[in-house]
Amino acid sequence: MSNITRDQFDVLVVGGGPAGLAAATCAAECGRHVGVVDDNPALGGQIWRGEVGKAASEAVDWYARLRAAGANVLCGTRVFHQPEPEVLLAEAPDGPLELKYNKLILATGARERFLPFPGWTLPNVMGAGGLQALVKSGLPIAGKRVVVAGSGPLLLAVAAYLRQHGAEIPIICEQASWGSLVGFSLALLRQPQKVRQGFALRKQLAGISFAASSWPVSARGERAVEEVVISQSGKNKTVPCDYLACGFHLVPNSELAALLGCRLRDDLVQVDDYQQTSVAGIFCAGEPTAIGGLELSLVEGRIAGLAAGGSAPAAKPLFAEREKLRKFARVLDRTFSLRAELRGLPLPETIVCRCEDVTRSRLAQHTSWRAAKLQTRCGMGPCQARVCGPATGFLFGWAQDSIRPPIFPTRFENLITFNPEAERSEITGGRG
Amino acid sequence: MPEPITVTVNGTSLAVPGGATVAVAIVLAGAACRKSVTGETRGPLCGMGICYECRAVINGQLHCRSCQIICQPGMEVRTDE
Repeated sequence: MSNITRDQFDVLVVGGGPAGLAAATCAAECGRHVGVVDDNPALGGQIWRGEVGKAASEAVDWYARLRAAGANVLCGTRVFHQPEPEVLLAEAPDGPLELKYNKLILATGARERFLPFPGWTLPNVMGAGGLQALVKSGLPIAGKRVVVAGSGPLLLAVAAYLRQHGAEIPIICEQASWGSLVGFSLALLRQPQKVRQGFALRKQLAGISFAASSWPVSARGERAVEEVVISQSGKNKTVPCDYLACGFHLVPNSELAALLGCRLRDDLVQVDDYQQTSVAGIFCAGEPTAIGGLELSLVEGRIAGLAAGGSAPAAKPLFAEREKLRKFARVLDRTFSLRAELRGLPLPETIVCRCEDVTRSRLAQHTSWRAAKLQTRCGMGPCQARVCGPATGFLFGWAQDSIRPPIFPTRFENLITFNPEAERSEITGGRG
Repeated sequence: MPEPITVTVNGTSLAVPGGATVAVAIVLAGAACRKSVTGETRGPLCGMGICYECRAVINGQLHCRSCQIICQPGMEVRTDE
């Protein structure tokens, strides 16, 4: 049995993306002993994946500030359980880790929403952010044809990134209508930062065809995807490709918040002015509170870090900026809400739960998430419904039931190592 | 760009860019990551450790999420393809 390592922090931050980096930095600059845990091999989250070591990135500035403030960084470390109040258990590369804290900041980010359609389980059909993450992680994409589809501003960012790395983008399919996209563009005009980003994107995407009210109907191929049938203005069209990068906007990673008893509404973590959740001493920042993008994540992270670090008054001047960015989040939400036609995408034989290979027709026999789960094993595989949960929520209107530990699959020895009665030989410092 | 490193995927060695994740090595090797419970071949989906589609056997350890692990020289990767 592996030995458990113990660590104790004034402020523990779960998640090292922009919100977590800003939160940890601000809390550490208040003089607190801070730890940041992140499941990924490096800090930066998805948006700054691979950029922490690069020059000319905002990520580098935050990373330098974090280091200067003396926070401990624990990467490759995933929190899976809260065995008792103010203690989290995590799986680290060298074995289980017990993390004690006085204040906790959840900055667990968001994931892509995936919707099932025929052929979506074929290799090389990936999330839009999913393919981008792989390319950031070393996958050569030059000369490959990538159809980018789904919904949300991420599609444009991904298409621009892939093209910059040599990919050919035959088409970008956005399920939202031109009407809602025009409303979105008008809202962008009120955000100077976003206007600049928008113009830069437009230049990077010049010449790529962009279709609104368009979505993938099916993906086909022998061993991997070879072509995708898209619906464009009511007509079907076949587009040959090497990859289909498809994600339907984002959903919050609020499982840990739910496990800790924080109040959620529509899966979003509810917070007060200082980003504190309904549980005293637990804060939340970034995408789990609202899908709002980088700038909102940063300002929420700063507010949470200052408040958890004991400098709440210093956070007050940031409220106005946050309010402006939250308005933008609400526009995002409206613009990229899913159209009803997408419910018709999966055929009866289409797999909806990829972990357990449960088809739509098997799910359609049930009237609730719980019944479907018990009868078909839908949502009971290793992803623990992180993929099929949002999909069945959209397809059938099912709400998920309560969350139970471990919130991620973990090795058996990690579950049995925790013993609250055991002698606690505290160790300090991380591997940061 | 860091120096390429060599790993083996299902017994065949291949060079991958330094810093690449194991999921990238598997895709470059032309292999699928796993067989689903009904026998479909699957590759990475989310690229960020959520979906578990990219799990593979790495240096003998089962069910590793290959998208979250950086390739090390000489690493042995097996998929159940």
